[in-house]
Amino acid sequence: MTWEIVIGLEVHTQLSTNTKIFSGASTAYGAESNTQADAVSIALPGVLPVLNKGAVERAIKFGLAVGAHIAPRSVFARKNYFYPDLPKGYQISQFDLPVVGPGALTILVEPLSGNAKPYEKVVRITRAHLEEDAGKSVHGDSQGVTGVDLNRAGTPLLEIVSEPDMCSASEAVAYAKALHSLVRWIGICDGNMQEGSFRCDVNVSVRRPGEPLGTRREIKNLNSFKFMQQAIDYEVQWQIDTIENGGKIHQATVLFNPDTGETRAMRSKEDAHDYRYFPDPDLLPLDISEKWKEQIRATLPELPQAKRGRYIGEFALNEYDANILTSSREMADFFDAAVDCLPSQPKLIANWIMGEISALLARDKLEIGNCPVSAVWLAGLLTRVSDNTINVKTAKEILDGAWGRNQLFAKLIQAQASIDAEIESKGLKQVSDSGAIEKIVDEIIAANADKVAEYRSGKDKLFGFFVGLAMKASKGKANPAQLNDILKKKLAG
Amino acid sequence: MFNSSLYQLGGALRAKKISSVELTQLYLERITALNPELNAYITLNPEISLAQAREADARIASGNAAALTGIPVAQKDIFCAKGWRTTCGSKMLHNFISPYDAHVIAQFNQAGAVNLGKTNMDEFAMGSSNETSYFGPVKNPWDKARVPGGSSGGTAAAVAARLCAAATGTDTGGSIRQPAALCGISGLKPTYGVCSRYGMIAFASSLDQAGPMGRSAEDLALMMNVMAGFDERDSTSLQRDKEDYARNLSKPLHGLRIGLPKEFFAEGLGSDVALAIEAAIAEYKKLGATIVDISLPNSKLSVPVYYVLAPAEASSNLSRFDGVRYGYRAPEYTDLADMYEKSRAQGFGAEVKRRIMIGTYVLSHGYYDAYYLQAQKIRRLIAQDFTEAYKQCDVIMGPTSPSTAFKLGEKGDDPVQMYLSDIYTIAVNLAGLPGMSIPCGFGDNNMPVGLQIIGNYFDEARMLNVAHQYQLATDWHSRAPQVL
Repeated sequence: MTWEIVIGLEVHTQLSTNTKIFSGASTAYGAESNTQADAVSIALPGVLPVLNKGAVERAIKFGLAVGAHIAPRSVFARKNYFYPDLPKGYQISQFDLPVVGPGALTILVEPLSGNAKPYEKVVRITRAHLEEDAGKSVHGDSQGVTGVDLNRAGTPLLEIVSEPDMCSASEAVAYAKALHSLVRWIGICDGNMQEGSFRCDVNVSVRRPGEPLGTRREIKNLNSFKFMQQAIDYEVQWQIDTIENGGKIHQATVLFNPDTGETRAMRSKEDAHDYRYFPDPDLLPLDISEKWKEQIRATLPELPQAKRGRYIGEFALNEYDANILTSSREMADFFDAAVDCLPSQPKLIANWIMGEISALLARDKLEIGNCPVSAVWLAGLLTRVSDNTINVKTAKEILDGAWGRNQLFAKLIQAQASIDAEIESKGLKQVSDSGAIEKIVDEIIAANADKVAEYRSGKDKLFGFFVGLAMKASKGKANPAQLNDILKKKLAG
Repeated sequence: MFNSSLYQLGGALRAKKISSVELTQLYLERITALNPELNAYITLNPEISLAQAREADARIASGNAAALTGIPVAQKDIFCAKGWRTTCGSKMLHNFISPYDAHVIAQFNQAGAVNLGKTNMDEFAMGSSNETSYFGPVKNPWDKARVPGGSSGGTAAAVAARLCAAATGTDTGGSIRQPAALCGISGLKPTYGVCSRYGMIAFASSLDQAGPMGRSAEDLALMMNVMAGFDERDSTSLQRDKEDYARNLSKPLHGLRIGLPKEFFAEGLGSDVALAIEAAIAEYKKLGATIVDISLPNSKLSVPVYYVLAPAEASSNLSRFDGVRYGYRAPEYTDLADMYEKSRAQGFGAEVKRRIMIGTYVLSHGYYDAYYLQAQKIRRLIAQDFTEAYKQCDVIMGPTSPSTAFKLGEKGDDPVQMYLSDIYTIAVNLAGLPGMSIPCGFGDNNMPVGLQIIGNYFDEARMLNVAHQYQLATDWHSRAPQVL
């Protein structure tokens, strides 16, 4: 008996404003408890919320990035419930009129299983709405007292709700990753999952093909992609086992325990809250003019999908390379900046970023965003590779050396001057004088008569041996293509 | 001195005929003598008041005095004032010292006025008789067996008994106008959004509005010049140019069209009140006004609409009083839910709990559409009635309250009877319009009657003119109760 899996996500992204959504208190992470709780955050009697325009701008930016409808008028509503970390006794959120309406996100799914190929999928986004975060209860005082830290209370969130379009853990993770990349790409969220800037709730249900949707359970507050994968896998199997053993699924909220790898119900629908939503009378409806929307649209960077298409179409990169280079804004920015300096060599630049640069970053556990050599510097280096001033081997050595010295040039002319000076002073220029190369080759052939004989009798593999000797003799500077040609000719006899 | 207008007091202060410290002391002495019986004030703080008076005297000496500099003004205990206990008439906040100033308080401080004390009020402004206050009922200075009205009953009694030069009130469904009427003083509820609500403890956010209460329209104009104005901390505050509310006071009323809504003169209106109102209208005719009969057909729905919307907002606004961060917390409890339940059960009075229950009910799943949404629709119809009416008239007049002040305890067991005492004032809040009440005579038992004047949006200066001209021609507003 086969099963279909149905998954939808609700993602809370913390918007990267400096101040809270309804007050001027700071949103910086990690401050001492309650030092960022102003009168509004504490909900003193008489205080009122004032909407932070920066949060709205970020929501609009997101809506435009997923091709969504931006509501010309949306409404803030109060979600009423009691909890110590909710100082007003209600959360200001958006209910029936959210700021962002239906949109869609194209994702690239890499299936876990065997040799299945990556594929694209469009996930529909139902809505995205603005709301304030709650504070935090701090347990574990020695006397069993629970404290409340309201630093986080009022931090702006954009809750992004998808349609139940995903049908495997891989798709859910791919969607979450694409969303994570996008919100960082457009600069509305720092994406820091450890600090809770990007939190996922996953709704999971299973059904037999052709049957109506099964009852869903919601896995709350997943803050890593790995846990998301594990939690969904466990939950799906649990639901299938339950039904196959004659049980029924009851709607519930569950938590994932990373230590046991299991999901466990937190509360069932029976004790669900009646939140008594109603429009917040302290806030006016949020009106977004066409003009404001267009101003924000003008600030949107080229989006990953468009960029990917352009890299493939314009630069003739393959799909794999284009995907890697658009996996983050920083990566794409690095590539673009290098291509701007050396427009004739996108493929060469791509190879270097994905090869040497990525290897060095991985070795030193660095991100491309704090790469010790700038994209401009790399372009300067590759300019000399592409005009045959130096060969690839020399270029790698220059890169290795530069890595420890932070070559962060922003202007090509300066980077180029620095690289050229190094080539000049260390005598690293590639030898492309065919006479000089021929001389080296002649000497090697003369000194290795036995190997030459073997080669000529059909042992082709020895060609590399001769290249190595010749390269060594040229101190690594011989133009490899020329050397190849000359060696081949001379060895042929 | 206690009968002087704010103009006269300001003049005397600037002419150094009296200092602010002397004036403040005189009022504090009078409060000490009379307040134990009237209970108009919840909190006095002579140290702060006199310190402000000394500052005012210095400012007067330096020649930088503004109109209200040095004048002792009482503040309804709904306004947060830094360093002052701010209770909102509730046990829930019996120990709450505000760490910040409401916008209105800050405006008075900037003007150099002296904060004379915090006046008594119905708990969280929920009441029409000042009997729901945790700090005990206020007595009407005209008859101490009677209520002063509510919720700004402490302010109304303090102004009537000359326990302050003027004072602030707030009006959600009539809480400035009804007590002004019952205590024989003048009170103005401005257009919604004219005075910032920042720091004013919320009852029903879409209806609450601060306003002045005083002995004359002229005094109210000076108070409005301090209280009104845009405040970016209140998103519902209106961004308008500053205006001088006294600028039109002396304009003649010739050609003024007064609309009389037939619904305000129907069944339920006390005959003594009706007589006084008719006499006032006759006086306006003498002053050159013409009378237009109008209708506000949906106004009869205003009480039920109000008692859906105001409790709905209140049930949410009062959720912050949970015993967690400030205010009252039950001394004993077993767990979190028990702490919430006991703190709120013990901290709130019966009327507040009744409205929280009503509000929670009407917002509940399955009832929201039938109550809250329906009430919002009718609210728009009520506002449209006024828009239609103002095509035919400049101001609307009628009674402020259907009866004069009733006896303490008389309506205590019957909330609906109590709610009906705001039957003529509530529609004004639902429409967001400005409304005022001025004394226009006396009814049965020699208790004051209030004339309600309702203006179009932002017509406060015109309304004050209309009231002032009447007060030039009559002396009802300068009658004082025999309190000593």
